[in-house]
Amino acid sequence: MTPRRRRMLLVGLILLGVSGAVALALTAFQENILYYYTPSDVSAGKAPQDRLFRVGGMVMAGSFQRPPGSLEARFVLTDYEKDITVSYTGVLPDLFREGQGIIARGRLGEDGIFVAEEVLAKHDENYMPPHVADTLRKQGDPRVTTPIATSTADAASE
Amino acid sequence: MIAELGHFALILAFCLTLPQAVFGLAGAAYRKPHWMSVARGAVAGQFVFAALAFACLSYAFYVNDFSVLYVAQNSNSALPTFYRFAAVWGAHEGSLLLWLLVQAMWTIAVAAFSRNMPHTITSRVLGVLGVISAGFALFILTTSNPFERLWPPAPDGRDLNPLLQDPALALHPPMLYIGYVGMSVPFAFAVAAMLEGKLDSLWARWVRPWTTVAWLFLTLGIALGSWWAYYELGWGGWWFWDPVENASFMPWLIGTALIHSLAVTEKRGLFKSWTLLLSIAAFSLSLLGTFLVRSGIIESVHAFASDPSRGLFILVFLGLCIGIALGLYAWRAPLFRSQAGFAPISRESFLLLNNVLLVAATGLILIGTLYPMFLDALGLAKISVGPPYFTIAFLIPMLPLVLMLAPGMHASWKRASFGRTKRLLIVLLGIATVLGTAIPVAAYGWRSVLSTIGIVVALWIAFSSLIEPLGRLRKGHSLSASVLGMSVAHFGLALFILGATVVESYEREVDLSLAPGQSAEHAGFVFTMHALREVEGPNYRAIEAEIRITREGEQVAVVYPQKRVYRVQQNPMTEAGIDGRWNRDLFVAMGEPLGDGAWSLRLQYKPMVRFIWWGAFIMAVGGLIAACDRRYRQPVAREVVSPAAATDASTA
Repeated sequence: MTPRRRRMLLVGLILLGVSGAVALALTAFQENILYYYTPSDVSAGKAPQDRLFRVGGMVMAGSFQRPPGSLEARFVLTDYEKDITVSYTGVLPDLFREGQGIIARGRLGEDGIFVAEEVLAKHDENYMPPHVADTLRKQGDPRVTTPIATSTADAASE
Repeated sequence: MIAELGHFALILAFCLTLPQAVFGLAGAAYRKPHWMSVARGAVAGQFVFAALAFACLSYAFYVNDFSVLYVAQNSNSALPTFYRFAAVWGAHEGSLLLWLLVQAMWTIAVAAFSRNMPHTITSRVLGVLGVISAGFALFILTTSNPFERLWPPAPDGRDLNPLLQDPALALHPPMLYIGYVGMSVPFAFAVAAMLEGKLDSLWARWVRPWTTVAWLFLTLGIALGSWWAYYELGWGGWWFWDPVENASFMPWLIGTALIHSLAVTEKRGLFKSWTLLLSIAAFSLSLLGTFLVRSGIIESVHAFASDPSRGLFILVFLGLCIGIALGLYAWRAPLFRSQAGFAPISRESFLLLNNVLLVAATGLILIGTLYPMFLDALGLAKISVGPPYFTIAFLIPMLPLVLMLAPGMHASWKRASFGRTKRLLIVLLGIATVLGTAIPVAAYGWRSVLSTIGIVVALWIAFSSLIEPLGRLRKGHSLSASVLGMSVAHFGLALFILGATVVESYEREVDLSLAPGQSAEHAGFVFTMHALREVEGPNYRAIEAEIRITREGEQVAVVYPQKRVYRVQQNPMTEAGIDGRWNRDLFVAMGEPLGDGAWSLRLQYKPMVRFIWWGAFIMAVGGLIAACDRRYRQPVAREVVSPAAATDASTA
C-alpha cells in the first residue's frame, strides 16, 4: 500500500468508528429523554403510561402523609390548576416541604398515582418550577409579582 | 468608603485593560516598541487595581459591612472568619471579581515569563487577553457591581448559603476559575499566531506549559467540586452529569485533547490548524460554561440568582470571541499546512485518535447538555436528558481511548515498531487481566464484563505507565520532567478509572428507618444508632446521631451524621457521617424524623471511591511535573527563527 492509500484507510476507519459511535449514542439519547409534564397535562391524559417522565409543581399545603415509622411518603403536587398524588419511598431531599416547588421523576401507576423514583428540590426557598410561576402570573397572584429568579436579591434589598 | 475605593479601583482596572488591548495589538501590528511597552505597563497596573478591588471587597466581608448589598446578601455576623473570605466568591458578583483578578494574574504571569518570546507575539497575546479582561470588567461594572450600597444598611446579613460553608468548596471556585481563565492563554496565543501568520514548533513550546498549568487547575477544581458534592450534598454521588458539571468537564476534555495535540505540534510540526481550533474551542467552552451558569437557563445548585441582561451580555461576548476567532481561523488556517507525514502505526496516529475520541466525547456531552435548552427556548417541549445517556455516550468514545492508552504511550514518533516494549506490554496486559479478574471477583463477586474491562484496563495503564520511568532509572538514563509528568498523569488516570469502575459496579445503598437502640445490617456491616442529640454550632443548630458500625462483632467506626438548620436561612442541611478508608467509604446520611424517635437514614458502602479523587490529584501533579520541564525555560534566540529550522531543531 502506498502511504496515501494507508492514510485513506486510516481516515476511513476513523469515520466508520465515529459514525458507529454516533449511531449508538443517538439510540441512547432517544431512550433517555425524560419529558416534563405539569399536573394539568397528567390529568388531561397527555403523559405516557409506560415510561419514565418528570412532573413538577408545588407540594400542596396539608397534603403530606407518612405512616409512622414507614419510609413511604404521599403528597399532592399542584400547579394551582390540577393536582396529582405522588408516592415516594425513601429519603426526601433537605429542602422538601409543603409549599415548596419540586420535580419528581417516575411513572404513572394504573390507579393514577405517580410513583416517584427520585424527588428533586431546588436549593433555594423561593424556587418555583417555571411553568407554575407562569400559571400564577396569569392569575395575577401576588406571589409572582417580582420575577422569581431575582427574588433572593430583592428580598435582601427590601 | 472602602467599598467606593474598591469600585474606583475596579473602574481603573477596566480603564487599563483598554490600552493593554489597543496598544498590545496595534503595537505589534505596526511594530512600535513604545506602544508594546505601554501594553506591558497597563498589565501591571490592571493587576494592581484588580487586586485592590478584590482586597476591598474581602475587607468589607471581614468587617461585616452590611451597608454593601453583596455582603448583606452573602454574609452574617455569626459567620466564621474563614468563610467570610470564602463568601467573597460565594455568589455571582464576587465570583466575577475573582474571575477578573485571576485573569489579571494569568496576564501578568504571561508578561513576566515571556522573555524567550519575540516581542510582537507577547504583545499580541497581552492584547488579546486585554480584550477579554475588558469584556469581563465591563460585564461586572454594568450588570454585576459587587460594591453596590444598601441604604439603610441591613442590621445583619442573610448569611452565606449553608451548602457553601465548607473547606473544599471554599477552594473549588478559585481552582476552577484559574483553570477556566487559564484557557484564555492558549486562546490568546492561537489568535496571536493567526495574526502573526506564523506557527512553528517554538510557538507550541511556548503554549504548552500554560495549557498544562490551566489544565491542572481545572482538574483540581473539578475534583474538589466532585468531592464536595459527594459529602456535602449529602447523597454520596460523585458525578451527576448536571449541566454545570458538564460545563466544566467539556473544557477539561478539550484541554486534554489540546495538550496532546500540542505535543505533536511541538515535536513534529503537525496538526497545526487542529491545535489552533482546539485552543479556540477550549476557551469558548469555558465561556459557554460561564454563560450556562450565569444566565439562569439551567436549574441547578450552581445557578445563582439570574438576570436576563447578564445572560445576554455573556452570550454576545461569547459570540464575538468565537466569531472573530473562527473568522480569523478561516482566513489564516491555509497558512498552517503541515508538510511531514507519518505511518498509520505511530505516536502521531495514536494522538490523532486520542483527539478524535476526546472531541467526540465532548460533542456527545454538548448535545445532551444543550439539546433540552434548545427545545425549551423554542417552546417545543420540556425535556431532560438522564444520566444513563451521558454514561453510555461517554463510555463509547472513552473505551477505545483507554484501550489505546498503554500502547500509545510507548509508540515512537513517525513509525512505531515497539520492539521489545511490545512483548512487555502484552505480558503486562496478561498480568492485568489475571489480577483484574481474580481480585475483584474474590473481593466483591462477579458483576459484569464491562466492570472487568474497566478494572483490567486501569491496571494495564497503571503498569505500563511505570515502564518508561522505571526502565530509565534502572539503566541510569536521565528522565525528563515531560516524560515523568506524562507517566504520573497517566498513572493518576488509571487510579481514577479503577476507582470509578469499582464504585459504580459494587456500591451498595439502602434507605431505612432507625431509632436509638436499633440496628441494621448493610453490606456486611452492622449499623447501630446509639444516641440522638442536639448540637449547637457557631451559626446553626443540629440534630446529631451517633452511629456505631461493627463487623463480625468488632467495632469498625463511629460516625456522627448531622441534620443542620442554619439560623439565618433556616434551610435544613445534611452533613453526612463518613468513615473513609483507602479501600472503601461507609457513608451515613440522615433523612428526616419519622416519629417515635426514628429517623430515615441512607446507608452506603462505597468501595474504592477515594481512588477517584486521588487519581485526579495525581493527574494534576503529573501536569505540574510536565510543566516544569527545563526545555520550556531555556532561552531561545529572540530573533525570528524560520519554521524549517525550528522543525529541524526539535525533531533532531
